[in-house]
Amino acid sequence: MIDQSKVRNFCIVAHIDHGKSTLADRIIEKTGLLTEREMQNQVLDNMELERERGITIKAQTVRIVYKAQDGEEYIFNLIDTPGHVDFNYEVSRSLAACDGAILVVDAAQGIEAQTLANVYLALDHDLDVFPVINKIDLPSAEPAKVIEEIEDVIGIEAQDAPLISAKNGIGIEDVLEQIVKKIPAPKGNPDAPLKALIFDSVYDPYKGVIIFCRLMDGRVKKGTRIKMFATGTECEVVEVGYFGPGRFMPCDELTAGLVGYITASIKNVKDTQVGDTVTEADRPCDQALPGYKKVNSMVYCGVYPADAAKYPELRDALEKLQLNDASLNYEPETSIALGFGFRCGFLGLLHLDVIQERLEREYNLDLVTTAPGVVYKVHRTNGEVLELTNPSNLPDPSEIEYMEEPIVNAEIMVTSEYIGPIMQLCQERRGVYLSTEYIEANRAVLKYELPLNEIIYDFFDALKSRSKGYASFDYELKGYERSSLVKLDILINKEDVDALSFIVFEGSAYERGRKMCEKLKEEIPRHLFEIPIQAAVGGKVIARETVKAMRKDVLAKCYGGDISRKKKLLEKQKEGKKRMRQVGNVEIPQSAFMSVLKLDDK
Amino acid sequence: MKKAEESLRLYLHIPFCVRKCLYCDFLSAPATETVQRQYVDALIRELRAVKENAENDSREGKIPLSLRRISSIYIGGGTPSILPCGEIERIMETVYSVFAVEDTAEISMELNPGTISDKQLLQSYRRSGINRLSIGLQSTVDSELRALGRIHTWQDFCETYDAVRQSGFQNINVDLMAAIPGQDLASYLTSLHRVISLKPEHISAYSLIVEENTPFYEQRDMLVLPSEEEEREMYEQTKQVLSEAGYERYEISNYARKGYECRHNTGYWRRDSYLGFGIGAASLIDNTRFHNTEDLEKYLNSSSIMEIREDEQVLTGKDQMEEFMFLGLRMTEGISKKKFQDSFAVSIDEIYATQLDELEKEGLLYVEKDRIRLTKRGLDLSNVAMAEFLF
Repeated sequence: MIDQSKVRNFCIVAHIDHGKSTLADRIIEKTGLLTEREMQNQVLDNMELERERGITIKAQTVRIVYKAQDGEEYIFNLIDTPGHVDFNYEVSRSLAACDGAILVVDAAQGIEAQTLANVYLALDHDLDVFPVINKIDLPSAEPAKVIEEIEDVIGIEAQDAPLISAKNGIGIEDVLEQIVKKIPAPKGNPDAPLKALIFDSVYDPYKGVIIFCRLMDGRVKKGTRIKMFATGTECEVVEVGYFGPGRFMPCDELTAGLVGYITASIKNVKDTQVGDTVTEADRPCDQALPGYKKVNSMVYCGVYPADAAKYPELRDALEKLQLNDASLNYEPETSIALGFGFRCGFLGLLHLDVIQERLEREYNLDLVTTAPGVVYKVHRTNGEVLELTNPSNLPDPSEIEYMEEPIVNAEIMVTSEYIGPIMQLCQERRGVYLSTEYIEANRAVLKYELPLNEIIYDFFDALKSRSKGYASFDYELKGYERSSLVKLDILINKEDVDALSFIVFEGSAYERGRKMCEKLKEEIPRHLFEIPIQAAVGGKVIARETVKAMRKDVLAKCYGGDISRKKKLLEKQKEGKKRMRQVGNVEIPQSAFMSVLKLDDK
Repeated sequence: MKKAEESLRLYLHIPFCVRKCLYCDFLSAPATETVQRQYVDALIRELRAVKENAENDSREGKIPLSLRRISSIYIGGGTPSILPCGEIERIMETVYSVFAVEDTAEISMELNPGTISDKQLLQSYRRSGINRLSIGLQSTVDSELRALGRIHTWQDFCETYDAVRQSGFQNINVDLMAAIPGQDLASYLTSLHRVISLKPEHISAYSLIVEENTPFYEQRDMLVLPSEEEEREMYEQTKQVLSEAGYERYEISNYARKGYECRHNTGYWRRDSYLGFGIGAASLIDNTRFHNTEDLEKYLNSSSIMEIREDEQVLTGKDQMEEFMFLGLRMTEGISKKKFQDSFAVSIDEIYATQLDELEKEGLLYVEKDRIRLTKRGLDLSNVAMAEFLF
């Protein structure tokens, strides 16, 4: 049996781009399980998409062996965590399986918004956190200043923080030694009844659900009858093991303090809720682990196959994605303009983006998505409260007492010269100013309350462009507040196009309506007749544009009998038409449904 | 089995010009006289190869192409008139030695103002049997000609035109262009009326299209083009003014006095067989399309015609039907239902009833006894109509 005192379960937390994944790579490399040749650039970022975007989306985990300076061999379970605010939920899951965390801070950039958010999350989970200063070989590195910042702002000891360059392999030994010294060993009772936390699961077509878990107490091996605390599902373990780099490594037994996986021919992912406790069927533990709160989808949008015949494929793809990503939810919906599709819920915009790209890339689907919206609470005159995720379902105004929208607490970290422009941006987005706290002479944290629907479109982009990239941003849901909201409808050639409707703050309706009409005018090709495009609130038109009728469309001369070239032109025309959506007698290109997401001129 | 007497049309491509015009995306470029002569040599080799291949064709049971009578020849470019004196004659002599050219054959050549400094040239064209000249004018306003990157002035054109007439050519086309940068309706109408007053037999009137891979495309954001309304008005006026002057519109962009319609181009729209020579030249032989390499080096150095032919495509029945429709409808005479039936052994309604119905409802097309034609509106919107006939 493995000696718990030689086990370290930890994760790495950082602001995006501060070098978390690179450090993980170096740790794996230094511990010698992989040769350099076998190292793909970033071992933990498995998904193609993650690698491309340089972000970690899904928690990954790996077990490695480290021979420390004290001559002992230690087992490290490194649990990778996503860095982006959208994936706080995933971070929570990973943290619950750890005993400590490494905080990576960029020596040039210092503390950023997500550094704080992730550290506080780790401290909330009672993890021991030690800092590492990365990128010390950059010319702009100021490690001493960053160390001071960490002690002042976060309040953790940082004087002996390893000064490293993960990229160039400097100082990695120091990090490994500190993992041994500063991360506490787990203290479970191997003889107590099994008590294991499910922190993730994936579906494998051959093995069924693979449960990722952290054993707090007890032990589990092939043949153990286990039971899920929350769902009550019972089954017999087929295989246990740990996470080798990039693959599953079966072993005889998992014992208290270890991190590993269990398979038990479980066909349904719903039987193994992430956060649930696994125990023995015959000898259950008294009490489940606290688990963690389930997060709700914050952003919704309609997802439709570009080719209506691909609806079943889209359904299958969503089903499969959900197996690995419980935070994705979806239900069928029908749109007059777009046909059969799904209303999908996401943690945030990045999550939406990632899912959309995975559907397109991994499942080869062409998609049309509608403008993302948030969940509104509609208080009806009869006292009922409706949680509105699809603008089309908004009841008649006469049945609405009032509406509420989600508000977030936002922290924006920015250098002082950009405070002005950022405050102006927040004002434009209906922000309520709370405070400014300086963390050093020329850097401050701005605190605002912002309506979620004001930040889901292009807030990140606006923030970046107005601060020349120097602002970082984090937010958490504060709650719901009453607001004056209206549904903006778009009429094309007098027909209401349901897929283009959205809910908007009353005061912004005119502006948004005007921009929508302008944008659609650019997107909709000319037809043989004139097409009015109107924005309306409650049946009253507030903006209008017109797509003029097409009166001429001819091919020039047939040059030297080159007929194929002319045919290609006609084919292009026909192909373009095929990819359009018919609303009434107007063909709307699919890009029109998505282009309206980018209405900001700046 | 094709009958031996089925005629054939020839296209000869001369890919040289004095200077490339700013809107031109045709296969053409300036070249030295040496290269031009080498090219003519290669063109002659390619022509002769048809005769040499005749034996193979007969062995395979095919009617040799060289036995087909030639009903029209078109020498296009580029600027064919740029070739040194005698070169066109050399080419045409080879043509006559390889093919049986009908006495009444229409033999056209493109010519640009400012290239006929040697009066002997026009005589040599006449001797070669050329009986139709197509002159690239584009505009009669010098500032517009400069904007297009043309090498000539209106005055140059007039001199060329007079010389051509004096040499005895009785069938002349003039190319005119609308929507030129800096052009307005008044200046366009000036050009149109000046051209009419010269009484050419044929006028081609196109709108400038900014094509990719041209200098205009690179500068497209800076080009000051006539507004859409103006361009539209130019187009409308063209139809009206030319019709009043006795030119009948027989194709989307082509107008002619009665009997002077270009037979060669009409052949393309009727899907007659044609054989192209020179780089990039396209061919249609009994429902097989192919074209020559666009690589000048490769063309000059090739030892057999099979080496230079590319993208051979045997047209399926559906391909042929599509072409029948979108080419035939370019002509104001439209298409014949009976000819469709004879060509494909199926009635046009069986294949295209829905499309014909819909286009007729939209007022783009009308059916009159055996003929199907685009309406005036249909000709203006021909792309919309023609795209419907693709499968």
